[in-house]
Amino acid sequence: MVRFDPVLAEIRFGSGLSPVIAPPASAAQMLAHLQGPDHAADRFAVETFTQYRERVIRVQAAWKVRQTERGSEAATLARKSVNLEKKAARTERLRWLGQQILRRTWTEDALRERLVGFWADHFTAQGKAGMLRWSATPYVEESIRPHVTGRFEDLLVAATTGPLMLHYLDQYRSYGPNSRRAAQQGGADGLNENLAREVLELHTLGVGAPYDQDDVRALALLFTGLSYQPEKGFVFRKPLAEPGVHEVLGVSYGGAKARLQDIRAALRDLAAHPATARHIAQKLAVHFVADAPPPPLVAHLEARFIQTGGDLMQVTAALLEHPAAWEPDLRNVKPPFDYLSSIARALAVPQTRFDALKEGDMARMLRQPLQEMGQPWEAPPGPDGWPEADGHWITPQGLAARLRWAMTWPAMMVPDLPDPRAFVTLALGDRAPEPVRFAAMAAENRAEGVGLILASPAFQRR
Amino acid sequence: MPRTDPKPQSTPLNRRSFLIRTGLIGCSVAASPLMTPISFAAAPGENRLVVIILRGAMDGLDVVQPYGDPALAGLRRTLLAGEAAGAIDLDGFFALHPALSGLMPLWQAGELGFAHAVSTPYRDKRSHFDGQDLLEAGTPGLGQVRDGWLNRMLQHLPGAEGRTAYALGHEDMLLLRGAAAVSNWTPEARLRLSPQAERLAGLVMHDDPLFNAALEEALLLSAGEEDVPDMAAAPMMGAAMSGRAEPMGGHLRLAGFAAEQLRGHSRIAAFSLGGWDTHQAQAAGLTRALGRLSETILALRDGLGPVWGQTAVLALTEYGRTARENGTRGTDHGTAGAMLMAGGAVRGGRVTVGAGPNAWPGLAESDLYQRRDLMPVRDVRAHAAWAMRGLFGLERAALEQAVFPGLDMGADPGLLR
Repeated sequence: MVRFDPVLAEIRFGSGLSPVIAPPASAAQMLAHLQGPDHAADRFAVETFTQYRERVIRVQAAWKVRQTERGSEAATLARKSVNLEKKAARTERLRWLGQQILRRTWTEDALRERLVGFWADHFTAQGKAGMLRWSATPYVEESIRPHVTGRFEDLLVAATTGPLMLHYLDQYRSYGPNSRRAAQQGGADGLNENLAREVLELHTLGVGAPYDQDDVRALALLFTGLSYQPEKGFVFRKPLAEPGVHEVLGVSYGGAKARLQDIRAALRDLAAHPATARHIAQKLAVHFVADAPPPPLVAHLEARFIQTGGDLMQVTAALLEHPAAWEPDLRNVKPPFDYLSSIARALAVPQTRFDALKEGDMARMLRQPLQEMGQPWEAPPGPDGWPEADGHWITPQGLAARLRWAMTWPAMMVPDLPDPRAFVTLALGDRAPEPVRFAAMAAENRAEGVGLILASPAFQRR
Repeated sequence: MPRTDPKPQSTPLNRRSFLIRTGLIGCSVAASPLMTPISFAAAPGENRLVVIILRGAMDGLDVVQPYGDPALAGLRRTLLAGEAAGAIDLDGFFALHPALSGLMPLWQAGELGFAHAVSTPYRDKRSHFDGQDLLEAGTPGLGQVRDGWLNRMLQHLPGAEGRTAYALGHEDMLLLRGAAAVSNWTPEARLRLSPQAERLAGLVMHDDPLFNAALEEALLLSAGEEDVPDMAAAPMMGAAMSGRAEPMGGHLRLAGFAAEQLRGHSRIAAFSLGGWDTHQAQAAGLTRALGRLSETILALRDGLGPVWGQTAVLALTEYGRTARENGTRGTDHGTAGAMLMAGGAVRGGRVTVGAGPNAWPGLAESDLYQRRDLMPVRDVRAHAAWAMRGLFGLERAALEQAVFPGLDMGADPGLLR
């Protein structure tokens, strides 16, 4: 067992040091926080997808008025109400971005936010059209966050049946060649393999695992019927479902009648597959420790995943107990959202800081800088989520954007900028490198001193 | 504690001044800490390619108007076409939207051409998001690869290195994403630090090779630019609809920066322009978007100077728009559209449609795709593939199997001189 390092725990497994919140005293305390209530979610609320659906329902109703009463005054009002709904959702999304930064700023349970971030990225989904464009936070809040300390199979089922995922990977209207829908469509091909392929390649087994195109197609046939409705959320639409037996990785699922429970059974089997354990172990070690993590750490996580049937609480405990996770050298670079959040935490940005801000203010302060740093908010490049490689983020362009933010925005985040000479220890602990201490002291003014500390590799790595 | 300044030292600033004086900025590969020196003999030729992604779906029927098609007038009630509406006749059948009139000297010089009735393999769902992904992935279907076709092309380009291709702008362009190293930069990323802050930033990053190299490169790239008002702090205006393109006003600086790199050791640049999603009041919106495109191309020509003659600019969009005007004086998402080609390497002065003179698919309702959109007669990827074959000498097999998997390039459309 390694000696617990509270400062490293905050930096590597949390969102960095805070001047007002004490680091955890032990790994046991970190795990106890995870098992306790989710205070941060209560304190800085965002909408769940179920709540967000009300917005979608309202827009759908207004659209119906536009369609059926074309040219009428009611239709004009409906069009206006659609625009207002869209604007409101867009604005809310930025407010939720602020809430998520505040969660990381003020939580004592910092590892929970990091786990939510990791799993939200593992199960990346985004809205491609209409009102769903602004619903990624509600998806994570409802389908991911409650499960990050539960069983992987439950998380997998929740994410796979999340309406946003079904939309993002085109599952919701995929239908089998022998489904009732196909009969109505004159036998047209309506099968979409996107979700099935990504579940195998990204969410469970991993790209190098032993599955082939036949498995992808069989799983896609089995998945038919997974869909959603604004009024109900997830639904299983029998008319889309392909009847019959589908063999995925040598196991037969289904029968004469298509049933949701067969899909669930396949997902649970995929969750329990040894390749899944290896894939998840590798990703966790990369995310929390280093781009090329020590193999013994990966093996340790993998073994715990298998032994506990994918109990994520136990897998997280395995991460915290392994010596390779506590190497004092900081390696991984914080991605832009994590970077800005850790700045907010180091500055103890007030809980009310974002309250009175308009959409444009939030865009200038957060949304646009995130884009300049290479991480446009809730718009990852694909279903594989954000890259982990440090070199992806620390490009000339990305680093310039970070430097600019660190030099200019902190002064607008807090009423008074701290003295750089004290801040260097607050932000980096006793481990602050000598050149950073020197720069903090030698800077021309407070803003540059604080900015140089925040731009130092010692702050940008974890 | 008294404030002490570090001793004068060899700083990035000093080296930058040196580079500016000696005219090495923009073409000093050896000075770049991210690059290993390359053998000039191995550099990938002298030809240049600029790819501009027009995000939002450009209405090809309004940009290159087939006013010789008798059905056009009936489809467009307020979006008038042809010479009577101020457009410029190109060849008796097609007319150019007046907002591109600034490019007519290029047309007359044979340095501007179009391919019409082209599309990617994307069909029916007409989502910007998916359509752009497919255009940049270069595959027949979605979700088949995670890299972009221009990056895969680089992987087949002997002598290519990290500075050969530039992705410009804030976005992480799928088009250039992949295993081959590329450079990313946007003029808005320009660093303006006080001399003292610049020195101290160098000091705090000095011992971390990744940070140190990125900082030096950022300072070098920033030094190469003129002092212009800070656009980075202004709200993104143009990006609202199609999501991922550049802010208004940034296009000239993108073009200027691209030209500067391409005059040096770079051979490929890619960026995107937004503002094409003209569901309402298309006459005004399209004029604005075309104005930016026109200025961009002219800025490239001016900036490229002597190497414009070795340059091909391809402007591609995710799909075209409906043949019929909608109820709000705009057009909706369609299928086939037009591609613009410019540059001294281009054999311009003509509108290419499919394989021959009778290939125009027609605008009668029965000729339209799903009775609503211009029917595609050629895969736009084939044009891009032929351009790259001509510019960089890639083998047809590599283009059809690796760069654009499953593409049949068909006959050579003769896009280049």
